[in-house]
Amino acid sequence: MSDPRHPVTPASVAERTRALEEALTAKGLVPDGYLDDTASRTKQELNPENGARVVARAWTDAAYRERLLADGTAASVELGFKAPNSEYLVVLENTPAVHNVIVCTQCSCTAWSVIGLPPDWYKSPEYRARIVREPRTLLAEMGLALPEDVAVRVWDTSGETRYMVLPLRPAGTEGWGEEQLAAIVTREALIGVARVDVPRS
Amino acid sequence: MDGIHDLGGMGGFGAVEVERNEPVFHEPWEARAFALNFLGISVLRAYNVHEYRHAVERMDPAHYLAASYYERWLTGVATLLVEKGVVARDELETRAGGPFPLSRPAAAGRTGAAPDSERPRFAVGDAVVVREVHPRGHTRAPRYVRGKRGVVLRVAPRFLFPDAAGHGLRAHKEHAYHVEFPATALWEDAGSRATVIVDLCESYLERAS
Repeated sequence: MSDPRHPVTPASVAERTRALEEALTAKGLVPDGYLDDTASRTKQELNPENGARVVARAWTDAAYRERLLADGTAASVELGFKAPNSEYLVVLENTPAVHNVIVCTQCSCTAWSVIGLPPDWYKSPEYRARIVREPRTLLAEMGLALPEDVAVRVWDTSGETRYMVLPLRPAGTEGWGEEQLAAIVTREALIGVARVDVPRS
Repeated sequence: MDGIHDLGGMGGFGAVEVERNEPVFHEPWEARAFALNFLGISVLRAYNVHEYRHAVERMDPAHYLAASYYERWLTGVATLLVEKGVVARDELETRAGGPFPLSRPAAAGRTGAAPDSERPRFAVGDAVVVREVHPRGHTRAPRYVRGKRGVVLRVAPRFLFPDAAGHGLRAHKEHAYHVEFPATALWEDAGSRATVIVDLCESYLERAS
């Protein structure tokens, strides 16, 4: 931006993206369909519905829950969920006394296998700067007020470990099946900035 | 490097805006930029993911903060493909019809010393201190824990040493540790009953005396 050779406004980011794609294509470096396939497979295969299914299974199957907390990678692969960046998945169990929340302060690493690509708020400088220093204040601003007696654990994804929160199962879901439970688990709950609530209908 | 990307604990930031039902990609170019990084890493094998992270960290700080996530992504990919000689900056600017800002050049990386053994040096419950060093190249020890004392919560598997891998240098593997710090040990005014757990490689740590 401050390069003296380039004092004028940059080309738009859409134009820059197109320029890079065309330059690589002109050199024969882009296999046919590769970019479309990669983007659409990512959207289909890596998303928070995977994590919601993991949570729903853990809420209804005590043995699975135990396997999940002992080895998150194997237990998520058991349900068919894996991703190139999620080689080592650790699942963080919320309890009435401990609340877990995930961040990546230096970039925006997330467990793609179960949470999918991170949402904009997770990638924002605001979230990355503030959640480690003032978790209670920020969580309250985001709609999650935690009682003072609940301990907060903030997990910074600074290495190759990827994390997912196992939220508390809400009251009023007794007897629900896995699918019904999975439908109420949000991406925000898997990251730890929201509870799982029973929707008022 | 002590860069703009190392945001943990930095002051002055406002509210976090959560978009309801946010799509994975907001614009078609974001999906293309996303996929171009996979091309660079997995198909062209021009660079690795650690080099990609460092390329984003090397962006001009004002550009970094102003750019959206996928603009940072695109800038990192384009920077590496230009640095590795795959494409020329002039060609990109001609095709784009205007300036194409890239990241600043990398400082030297560091290979560090491989551990003598594959066995972890620290165990759960050990008190450790994060080494107070400031590499000019890529590193993954956030500033806010350097020099701070924490306790090992979990021993993670061995991974490539990012300070070397981030520069395309030959990197050894070493164990990582989830180290827990009381928030008040990091910021004296942080609220009680909060801890921060940081994933740190063995080279970043020494035993607390």
